[in-house]
Amino acid sequence: MSVAVIKRIFMADISANFLGIRSPNPYWLASAPPTDKKINVLRAFEAGWGGVVWKTLGSQVKNVSSRYSSVDYNGSRVMGFNNIELISDRPLAVNLKEIAECVRLFPDRAMVVSLMADNNRESWHELIKQVEDTGAHGLELNFGCPHGMTERGMGAAVGQDPEIAARLVEWVMEAATIPVITKLTPNVHSVVPTGRAAVKAGSHALSLINTIQSVTGVDLDTFVPNPNVAGQSTFGGYCGPAVKPIALKMLTTIAQDPVTAKVPVSGIGGISTWKDAAEFMLLGATTVQVCTAAMRYGFRIIEDLCDGLNNWMDEKGFRTLDDFIGRSVPTLTSWEELDMNYHIVANINQDKCIHCGLCYISCEDGSHQAINLSYGNPYNTYTIKEEECVGCNLCKLVCPVDNCITMVEQRHGDEYLNWKEYQRRGGV
Amino acid sequence: MAVQNNRLTAEEYEQRFSDIHPPFETRDAALVDANRCLFCYDAPCTKSCPTGINVPKFIKQITTDNLKGAAYTIFSSNIMGGGCAKVCPVEKLCEGACVYNLMEETAIPIARLQRYATEPAIKGQWRMFERKQRTGKKVAIIGAGPAGLSCAHALSREGVDVTIYEKEAKGGGLMTYGIAAYKVTPAFCEEEVSFITGIGGIDIRYNQELGKDILLSALQEEYDAVYLAFGVGLARQLYIPGEQLEGVVDAISFIYDIRNSGFPAVPVGDQVAVIGMGMTAIDAATQARRLGAKEVTLVYRRTQQEMPCTVAEMDIALLDGCKIIWLAAPAEIIGENGKATQLICHSVRLEEDNTGRRQPVLTDEKIVLPVDMVIKAAGQMPFEQLIYENQLHHNGGKIAVTGNGVTSINGVFAGGDCVNGGKEVVDAVQAGKEGAAAILAYLQADCHVSSSH
Ligand SMILES: Cc1cc2nc3c(=O)[nH]c(=O)nc-3n(C[C@H](O)[C@H](O)[C@H](O)COP(=O)(O)OP(=O)(O)OC[C@H]3O[C@@H](n4cnc5c(N)ncnc54)[C@H](O)[C@@H]3O)c2cc1C
Ligand SMILES: Cc1cc2nc3c(=O)[nH]c(=O)nc-3n(C[C@H](O)[C@H](O)[C@H](O)COP(=O)(O)O)c2cc1C
Ligand code: SF4
Ligand code: SF4
Repeated sequence: MSVAVIKRIFMADISANFLGIRSPNPYWLASAPPTDKKINVLRAFEAGWGGVVWKTLGSQVKNVSSRYSSVDYNGSRVMGFNNIELISDRPLAVNLKEIAECVRLFPDRAMVVSLMADNNRESWHELIKQVEDTGAHGLELNFGCPHGMTERGMGAAVGQDPEIAARLVEWVMEAATIPVITKLTPNVHSVVPTGRAAVKAGSHALSLINTIQSVTGVDLDTFVPNPNVAGQSTFGGYCGPAVKPIALKMLTTIAQDPVTAKVPVSGIGGISTWKDAAEFMLLGATTVQVCTAAMRYGFRIIEDLCDGLNNWMDEKGFRTLDDFIGRSVPTLTSWEELDMNYHIVANINQDKCIHCGLCYISCEDGSHQAINLSYGNPYNTYTIKEEECVGCNLCKLVCPVDNCITMVEQRHGDEYLNWKEYQRRGGV
Repeated sequence: MAVQNNRLTAEEYEQRFSDIHPPFETRDAALVDANRCLFCYDAPCTKSCPTGINVPKFIKQITTDNLKGAAYTIFSSNIMGGGCAKVCPVEKLCEGACVYNLMEETAIPIARLQRYATEPAIKGQWRMFERKQRTGKKVAIIGAGPAGLSCAHALSREGVDVTIYEKEAKGGGLMTYGIAAYKVTPAFCEEEVSFITGIGGIDIRYNQELGKDILLSALQEEYDAVYLAFGVGLARQLYIPGEQLEGVVDAISFIYDIRNSGFPAVPVGDQVAVIGMGMTAIDAATQARRLGAKEVTLVYRRTQQEMPCTVAEMDIALLDGCKIIWLAAPAEIIGENGKATQLICHSVRLEEDNTGRRQPVLTDEKIVLPVDMVIKAAGQMPFEQLIYENQLHHNGGKIAVTGNGVTSINGVFAGGDCVNGGKEVVDAVQAGKEGAAAILAYLQADCHVSSSH
């Protein structure tokens, strides 16, 4: 028997161009422990990562022991991840030397260096000069670290005040000759004011999100929140799959604001799969950055990140990333613009139903009492009371069987009818 | 070599009779399965448990590390939830109904999780139930098997004082004396009995046989009510020539010896025929193999379609190397020097009778099996004498009851195998609960009557 050798031929081109910073794929490792030294970065590049944002450089710090904690859910570990680490705790000179070596060994990969200098012009200028000498391709300004640095008037504290952020960006722009990305903190009511301030002050691009301030939990035996540092804890930064929806929302507000929409964005926050990445790009990200997923599973995840994206692009007929970056942004509108004539009702496919009753109880106690239970032993039969169904999706969301519950369109009227028009007509 | 005991080494016995359904070894392992449970509403598994254990609730409690709560959820529906977790034929009960079957995925291992949740409580003899204040009422129970113990516990919780009369020297009934040794150990059965009686108010008097040491009439005098839970007896006679030969044994006695005398003491033949295809037949066949019989053949009058045991049980026998001869009806046992040497069977054809049921019809063809041991396991006989003597209404030896175990005699209740003719432990536990409810209602009505006088 002869074995056919199947060669994967992708039509799509997944290479990225971010302000002229090129990478063979849109996946960069976010500024964090995986990017804090040469041996890591070289192994990441060997594994196939498109680029890295080097772990934030700045003034000398020291870390504590016991640094991470996480949120597990129904047996899945690390749904959310939390850390109380500071910026790089390695000597600056060592970092700079290693960055230069990585750039030399992998010239086709993106090398962006994250910076957080002390709050004065000279410190920033000095740091930028040193970093540019390494041959790095871009700078990322860390205005987002939510812990440790804030207390020193750096990190998130900067990102939370648009005026301070603008001043720092101005200092940076005076010295920088390579592209500058400002990384935004999510620990604000809206990321737009700081984003605008940074863009107006000259930042070439934005990235978001950094971690979200959090307490992941309290140990029920010791009564100390985690991570436990000798009987105490401190607010950490939350990231991983749990933060993705928040990151996507923040990304969209940046993509929709007339000022910030003009610059490219590197999307970050909970990206673990190619699907997550595609979603970030559909909502406006030009590249994406990954931290938790790589910390959890290792650099090898890059294989499916690329492969899956390629296959999906082929399937959709996208040749380059630009074919779909930002494509979903216009579909996110304000509530008032939604079509009130659109109506859907749930339908249960009785052939697929496994009679778990989860749709019934969620609709009964959590929603609109629109599912009928007809008793059977041991299997009840569940049917939709169409006239009661408001089309909320809850049953479909909780159903454990793929495509067992579908939402069927039953429009109230043919024409598009938004809230204003609906009210004008007296609510009919 | 013929019929002989002590065929194996101590290690071989231990290995062959070790736990057939081993427990979860770690919390993590239990959680992988517990977390798969969908937490169904009005769950099919619960509806398919004769005692109605709230399965999704206890599994959810395992996932939240509320093991004590999980154990309570189980025991409050089924006080023998620990033993049931080891012996229930779950493929036709809870696990058989798990919705994962409909997705063609492995069912949740409910029994294994149930064991995980109950084992610490039984090992640690946790005190999980409080008795209500004593009512001054007294109830006698005949038989310390699953039905009797379950009834006793339910009554004691309500403040009734219970005395159990048990003809054997240990409690547990067939759990202790009948169920296959690779499912439960004697030590476990003893722990389970003391876990149940740990609530207090239950006095078990061992070596007391109804009809011999005590009489129903005396108990009716002394107690406010009587609950009969004496199970069923030995395997049915075959009524064929040669049944009295040496080497022909009754499955229930054979298994009783295995459970009671220790493995090496039990004699077993080289070539064993087991008659029947129910749970008892399977247990006799597999245990005969495990004791060292060279060949074990199950002989059944009908086909796999009609067999009373589940496929999972049959598979245990097949995996143990037992053979099955379908459509064979025993006709005669031939012997030499008083010892069985051959089992002669008629070959059988199935023909539909006028009710549409397929009935075995003997053919002229004969099947000859060389044997040195024949184990009879074609159904158990009710304790007919006890029932006649006490003038209980019955259906072919099974005590007749209305509703929740109410017999034809006022103040006398019954449940478990002696009523249903022989089902599962879990059915007997449920019967015990229902019997207790009927007795409580009776005692209350009784109170009412006397106070109004
Ligand atoms: C071989 C075999 C294997 C089985 N395997 C399983 C299994 O794997 N899983 C399962 O769920 N079920 C199994 N069963 C069935 C299960 O054991 C019974 O359904 C269950 O034990 C019935 O409980 P019970 O309390 O009604 O009767 P029993 O368990 O029979 O208890 C009756 C009690 O009454 C006592 N007694 C009897 N007569 C008198 C008297 N005159 N005076 C005083 N005391 C008396 C007996 O000694 C006994 O202790 C098996 C049964 C057999 C025979
Ligand atoms: C342990 C750890 C250290 C981090 N250190 C930095 C840092 O020095 N500078 C920075 O800008 N972001 C830092 N981050 C934030 C990440 O770069 C990223 O923005 C965040 O983790 C969200 O992405 P994720 O969900 O893929 O992890 C750190 C995150 C973690 C988990
Ligand atoms: S008692 Fe038996 S049938 Fe009931 S849930 Fe437990 S294992 Fe299943
Ligand atoms: S049917 Fe299965 S999945 Fe559903 S509650 Fe019972 S054990 Fe869990």
